[in-house]
Amino acid sequence: MEIAVLAMVVGIVLGLGLAIMRMQGTRPLAWFAVGWIELARNTPALLQLFFFGFGLGAFGLHLSPFLIVLFGLSFNNAGYLAETFRGGFNAIPATQTRAARSLGMTQSQTYIRIIIPQVFRLVYHPLTNQMVWSVLMSSLAMLVGFRELAGETQFLASKTYRIFEFFLVTAAIYYVIVKLFLAGARLLSWRLFRY
Amino acid sequence: MGSSSVFTSFQFSDFGFLIEAAGRTLLISVLAISIGTVFGCIFGWILSVARIVGAVTLGAVLDVFRSVPLLIQLILFYNFFPIIGFNLSPFEAGTIVLIFYTSSLVAAVARGGIDAVPEITRRAARSLGLSYWQDMRYIVWPIGLRAVLPSWAGVALGVLKDSALVSVLGYVELLRASQILITRTQEPFLILIIVGIFYFSLSFPISRLTARLERKWHYD
Repeated sequence: MEIAVLAMVVGIVLGLGLAIMRMQGTRPLAWFAVGWIELARNTPALLQLFFFGFGLGAFGLHLSPFLIVLFGLSFNNAGYLAETFRGGFNAIPATQTRAARSLGMTQSQTYIRIIIPQVFRLVYHPLTNQMVWSVLMSSLAMLVGFRELAGETQFLASKTYRIFEFFLVTAAIYYVIVKLFLAGARLLSWRLFRY
Repeated sequence: MGSSSVFTSFQFSDFGFLIEAAGRTLLISVLAISIGTVFGCIFGWILSVARIVGAVTLGAVLDVFRSVPLLIQLILFYNFFPIIGFNLSPFEAGTIVLIFYTSSLVAAVARGGIDAVPEITRRAARSLGLSYWQDMRYIVWPIGLRAVLPSWAGVALGVLKDSALVSVLGYVELLRASQILITRTQEPFLILIIVGIFYFSLSFPISRLTARLERKWHYD
């Protein structure tokens, strides 16, 4: 489970970076960001995992299952989140930036203190959706041999031949995790964005 | 590389194999998306009509499909049928699960579409003498469709990509085909890139098209 959270955190940071690169960066940087985003959004997550697993293995770069999953999910999350963030950035009026700059803030201060907090408020809901998605996708990890919830289930199931029972329990656990997370997110948003 | 070797490198004929597999990916996705959308619209309509009753019964069931990983759903479903006595092929099991999954996602979208039509507009339609179904067909459908077509396309693209998971059951679609080729050729990097291009060329045009449609309709 922690892999989903970890991949999400990395994904948020990378996604923010990509979104800013796509909008503000120089030509090559913007192209790089667009390439990443379109690749992550238009190919299956499982293919991306395989790519980090076996594709890089071809170059003698053998990653541990944990890293494969972390890279794969982060890559995917970053692609989706970059577009979410871009939507958020576009919704912030340009006057905000200008006002902050004319108050003497530097470019990075403007982003960190003025723009990004507002963007997070706007994209909070899509962000929680992506987090749920990230939890669900972490189940793909079992296919590259990482033992998280689904992988552990598969391991136990293949030991006992009770596939259905084990996966039923796993499904229930996933369901509870998602519900708990959504409830937590709702509480948090109520605390954070109250005034 | 001699002909005696078990591993042969990637050949041109393998493209035929991949294209065939891409066809299967397309087949299972189109089936799931089209049937799933029909069911999803019906479910969405039920959800928007029977609010409380719908939410606690149908809504709860659909919620399960959205909250459990598709991979787990596939494995569960595939292993469920031998228990009650008959076998499903990977294709059948995969298609059925994908249909359920799609319809649960589309239901939420369709419900949003119906709710996007203002109550006043619908009352006006009824006051003008349209029947309930005429109101649905000529008022709610065109307005709602505009509101939710982008999210529907998002669902459809998601299903196209998620159909890769059916490979786990043994159905030879695009991703599974790549695994088979990798085992034979031992050239994972090349083949994964080719398969990536296949998926990309299936998915990218649709996402561009929707983005354009969305922009066009936005300024109406």
